[in-house]
Amino acid sequence: MRYIEPHIHMVSRTTDDYIDLATSGCVAVSEPAFWAGYDRCSVDGFRDYFNQLTKYEPLRAKKYGIKHYCWLCLNPKESEDLNLTREVLSLIPEYIKSPNVLGFGEIGLNRNTRNEFKALEMHIELAAKLDVLILVHTPHLEDKLKGTRLTIEAIKNESIIKPERVIIDHAEEHTVKMIKDAGFWVGLTLYPQTKCTYTRAADIIEIYGSDKIMVNSAADWGESVPMAVTYFAKEMRLRGHPDSVIEKIVYENPIKFFSQSGKFVI
Amino acid sequence: MTKKQTLDLYFLTARHLLIEVAAFMDRVDRSEGEEDFRIIAFRKAVEELSKGGSNRAERILNVFSDPTTEPVEKSASKSATGAYNPAFK
Repeated sequence: MRYIEPHIHMVSRTTDDYIDLATSGCVAVSEPAFWAGYDRCSVDGFRDYFNQLTKYEPLRAKKYGIKHYCWLCLNPKESEDLNLTREVLSLIPEYIKSPNVLGFGEIGLNRNTRNEFKALEMHIELAAKLDVLILVHTPHLEDKLKGTRLTIEAIKNESIIKPERVIIDHAEEHTVKMIKDAGFWVGLTLYPQTKCTYTRAADIIEIYGSDKIMVNSAADWGESVPMAVTYFAKEMRLRGHPDSVIEKIVYENPIKFFSQSGKFVI
Repeated sequence: MTKKQTLDLYFLTARHLLIEVAAFMDRVDRSEGEEDFRIIAFRKAVEELSKGGSNRAERILNVFSDPTTEPVEKSASKSATGAYNPAFK
């Protein structure tokens, strides 16, 4: 089976994971900008990170026959600091034209604070101005429902942004409908304990269908499963879903969404 | 899938998870000290399991969710706890 991993933090993973991804059929990865697990000291930390995402990581992936794409932003975990947000946003126009940058991501909210919301609006405004795709992180656990509503509201306020150019990620049973109803793409994240499981992802697809939906591992520096997309595919096969539907979700849908960037090539 | 196929595939796993939930609740009951908002929300979520309807997962997620609609001024920490704490309104 060939597939694309639409959300994974490869800078936090070992080369062994690249080997496993490649041998299981992964042909491309998409890596949103993320929190390092600690707050970076200054904007210079982000310059280093953006260099890593746009220059070094694509070469590392290439050794295993995998194409590496990425997304840029100040992640919501660090967006309480609005001065830092402004500084990081000022760096982005310099990097956005790099051939492997698909757009802004993962932007969004963490604890749904006023400053996070302001930082999200600043990201959305610049993304609209640069006319790039958006990948949204929705908050964890008890904050997800409210954060998803607030994010949808913020994006809709920027009327120039077409919903089909936005994916709202980490959706679960209580947020899928509102995301689909608003016309956005849906991301289901297969992550231990705090997000979705591959069985629940299969349930959601049986209920809502396979259009404008993707599954990802969001594997990072935490306890996570970089091969999670293959577990999902196995689950779907076990339930009797045809290979054509599975391939649509894990390969064709990511191509359809990412190709809107004008840069994504397999 | 038929009901039999669904049960064949998932019954043992679901049984295992349900017993884990029961053992967790017993463990909390045996523990010393005060309860907090998390176990209160958890009990409400468990009640949802025995109600009818086909959207139990969605309803349980809603029980744990922050029902407010406006951004908060500040957050006590970077990390969510898993259940909404009404004291942080």
